[in-house]
Amino acid sequence: MADFNEKDIIETIEMIKVHHLDIRTTTLALSLRDCISEDIKVAGDKIYNKITKYAKNLKKYADDLENEFSIPIINKRIAITPISIIGEAAKNPDYVYLAKVLDAAANEVGVDFIGGYSALVEKGCTKGDEIFLESIPEALKSTNKLCSSVNLATSKAGINMKGVLKVANIIKKTAELTADSDGLGAAKFVCFCNSVSDNPFMAGAYCGINEPECALNIGVSGPGVVRWAIENMPKDAPLGDVANMIKKTAFKITTTGELIGRELASRLNIPFGVIDLSLAPTPAKGDSVAGIFQAMGLEQAGAHGTTAALAMLNDAVKKGGIMASSYVGGLSGAFIPVSEDAGMIEAARQGVLTIDKLEAMTSVCSVGLDMIAIPGDTPASTIAGMIADEMAIGMINKKTTAVRVIPVPNKKEGEWVEFGGLLGEAPIMPVSKLDSSIFVNRSGKIPAPIHSLNN
Amino acid sequence: MSKDKILITISGLDKVGIVAGISQSLAKLGVNIEDIKQTIMQDHFVMMMLCDISKSQNSFKTIKEELIKSGEELGMEVWVQRKEIFDKMHTI
Repeated sequence: MADFNEKDIIETIEMIKVHHLDIRTTTLALSLRDCISEDIKVAGDKIYNKITKYAKNLKKYADDLENEFSIPIINKRIAITPISIIGEAAKNPDYVYLAKVLDAAANEVGVDFIGGYSALVEKGCTKGDEIFLESIPEALKSTNKLCSSVNLATSKAGINMKGVLKVANIIKKTAELTADSDGLGAAKFVCFCNSVSDNPFMAGAYCGINEPECALNIGVSGPGVVRWAIENMPKDAPLGDVANMIKKTAFKITTTGELIGRELASRLNIPFGVIDLSLAPTPAKGDSVAGIFQAMGLEQAGAHGTTAALAMLNDAVKKGGIMASSYVGGLSGAFIPVSEDAGMIEAARQGVLTIDKLEAMTSVCSVGLDMIAIPGDTPASTIAGMIADEMAIGMINKKTTAVRVIPVPNKKEGEWVEFGGLLGEAPIMPVSKLDSSIFVNRSGKIPAPIHSLNN
Repeated sequence: MSKDKILITISGLDKVGIVAGISQSLAKLGVNIEDIKQTIMQDHFVMMMLCDISKSQNSFKTIKEELIKSGEELGMEVWVQRKEIFDKMHTI
């Protein structure tokens, strides 16, 4: 193709320069199954060597592509096999040691985050899982780039309620151990229902045990671009037309992501995995999912109609993505983290966006309750109730849901917390004062729903 | 090869010598111009050049750095990108 269209060129540059179109992450998914050893030090050495071998050029090549296409690649990341599985065979399963090895490897290759300090315990824990879960707060305290996740429920297996309470305590303890940074450790931990094994986004990225040796997964973002596209439409454009515009925009974002992903995978000489088109906001002005709701015609995020707007957005994003690439995977949809989205932050500050509304929104968004700061003295049983609700939404609706809340130590409702960078800032949001403790202490499991028996 | 096609976008206030300045840099760098289009947008001069770098002795990185430098001297903003990004984004 020797010709070019001026309008297309200008639109592309405007999308990148003004409306924050970016490749949010290039995530190298790497299996560590061959690093298992009875000797934890041997396992640690194998892990370090494998990561530094495969990811050696990840940052450099990503930086090269950023220059060649003039599109920002914000983060370079690594996702590994859930480490609970890798450490389990060791005579002395010192998971915190492995956490430090992972962090050191991430530092060595210059990536921003490494995910997969994880366990899949929806049906219950193995002995190794039990030891692993206990290690999470200390591991997050002792590292910088490590992210941790635990899958607590699936639509097939039901909800591990014993695990839910345990994880609620882990969140509390992690926040307390990192109290000097306002509980930042808890921002690097997420629990899931129906977690996704090729998701490139943090804190939940890991390389599932069903994944190949390695793959390059790409996460693209661009809420600002979608907002801009809708703002350019007439205020009385029918919603079907708005959905179509979102699809077209999602198509453009996805094809761009796949181009970069395939090029990077080929330079790294590894297979291309999936492209995850997730509208992930940043605190930058305009780069906001809440801004999309406003462009659609809602006064602010939290207004009645927000759930409907989000449902349409999430679905149209997937449809546009599917048209653009045969390898759409991960979470793909719209994220609604509070502290990372200027519009959500403002709505929460004014008290017009509540946790209850956010919970309703999670039934139609691509993930869940995300980056919500809550009072430091929130009981673990209340957090467990919150997690159980979220897991139930995912389990019944056969979708991924997640909880990433930060009980900010020594801070109360209405106070402010700043996490910095992409993690942003937020007011401490009120939670229900009602007691959930007897319910969440019953332990056991919530059985899988009837539609799990679909064979 | 498609890898060798680059799109240069120059924008800023219109003045004498923009086309000459950028073209001179391209000639020095051994980059062949295949097509030029220009337009005025919101009082800004915008020029787009489709170029082929396959015969150039210089790397993409060097070409980009040199062109941005020439743009700065002319008070213009210069974007240099591989053309594939536009083809992928706007073609079904």
